[in-house]
Amino acid sequence: MGILSKKDSKLITDPLADNNPITIQVLGICSALAITAELKASLVMGIAVMFVLGVGNVVISLMRNIIPSKIRIIVQLIVVAALVIIVDQVLKAYAYELSKTLSVFVGLIITNCIIMGRFEAFALGNGPWRSFLDGIGNAAGYALILVAVGFFRELLGSGTLFGYPVLGDAIEKTGVYSIGYENNGFMLMPPMALIIVGLIIWAQRSRNKDLIED
Amino acid sequence: MIEHIELFFKSIFIDNMVFAVFLGMCSYLAVSKKVSTAVGLGAAVIFVLAITVPLNWLLDVYILQPGALKWTGVEGTAELDLSFLSFIMFIATIATMVQLVEIVVEKFSPSLYNSLGIFLPLIAVNCAILGGSLFMQSREIPTFGLALNYGISSGIGWFLAILAIAAIREKIRYSNVPGPLRGLGITFIITGLMGIGFLSFGGMLTGGDEEAAEETQEQVEIQEPMEQSTDEHKELADNTKTIQ
Repeated sequence: MGILSKKDSKLITDPLADNNPITIQVLGICSALAITAELKASLVMGIAVMFVLGVGNVVISLMRNIIPSKIRIIVQLIVVAALVIIVDQVLKAYAYELSKTLSVFVGLIITNCIIMGRFEAFALGNGPWRSFLDGIGNAAGYALILVAVGFFRELLGSGTLFGYPVLGDAIEKTGVYSIGYENNGFMLMPPMALIIVGLIIWAQRSRNKDLIED
Repeated sequence: MIEHIELFFKSIFIDNMVFAVFLGMCSYLAVSKKVSTAVGLGAAVIFVLAITVPLNWLLDVYILQPGALKWTGVEGTAELDLSFLSFIMFIATIATMVQLVEIVVEKFSPSLYNSLGIFLPLIAVNCAILGGSLFMQSREIPTFGLALNYGISSGIGWFLAILAIAAIREKIRYSNVPGPLRGLGITFIITGLMGIGFLSFGGMLTGGDEEAAEETQEQVEIQEPMEQSTDEHKELADNTKTIQ
């Protein structure tokens, strides 16, 4: 990475794996689970959070010396809420169907703990450029898990990716279906998202023993 | 009366905040290590939901909805649609109420205040609270009474969920869970299994007939495949009838 110093690039790469906001820091789970039945929705949610967290981190970082610490939570909430309104209006204007699927979960980006967590832990003490990188990195770590869960749920649950059938035609029994495969409708049920994240955590922690709790 | 009872049980069991829509998961996972703190937080969530949902309902109906400002009588307000402001209005109400609850709890129960620690102010960013208000808005709950009912009962649902997981986590300390799965991993999987259990409440109110299937499809798009299969069944049944 030529543009970024080693310390800066760590800000982006760390949250992708060993300091992942979802699986390690346990932040921002709610929205991560609820909208992952489709890959497309997961991806859009990831991008939306990346925008809100990246821009929000810069804004908070620029204002960090003039915010009185007593009312900082309210200031942070207002900044996030304003950014989320922008996202919501853009989605409604250009991707109406998708905004229906995401329903209230776009609004819930406001209360996504990753965002408050990064504001508190990073943006209040660092310059705008580094805060921007930190925001992008953490949102990317979040998006990574979302996309992984969305991938498995959509592939196994409805046999499609981004809405395109990749396992063959379920009705005319082509592709994998010709050898007797059936879509696992259970993958589309809400509880399976939890179980898949549980399995991802299991895989990640068996790869890196330092992360094991207790 | 009947719609109150229906909404009450529906929001506790069928649309349980944790198991059906995953709201408030962060604090659910972080504060569920001990039953006593879980009960404290659960009670605080019920309280805050019971206040903020009806308050936000008033805001929604008298200020935010398209044409809601008609009561002011000012010219030109009848066509105003301020619903894009609802995020900011709702979160402001919630942050104020949480601040208030914090002061009250600190005054009357310092021990609870200390055991909840950072998580009390974090109720403000608990998605269950904002989610309650947003669902109230998107489901178009018609009256103030029902909004109050919805706030209280979905709070109770959240309370039940965190109580159950805290009790399980206290017991699971004595079992031999595989190392990498310990802590967070197994909590996720148990929550998933509890969610599967709660799915079985789905047919509680209607006895599991067609109406219920349609309703759930409205809320959660993902149950489409099931719906399709019942349609197919119907078609099959019709076909056999005509053959007979």
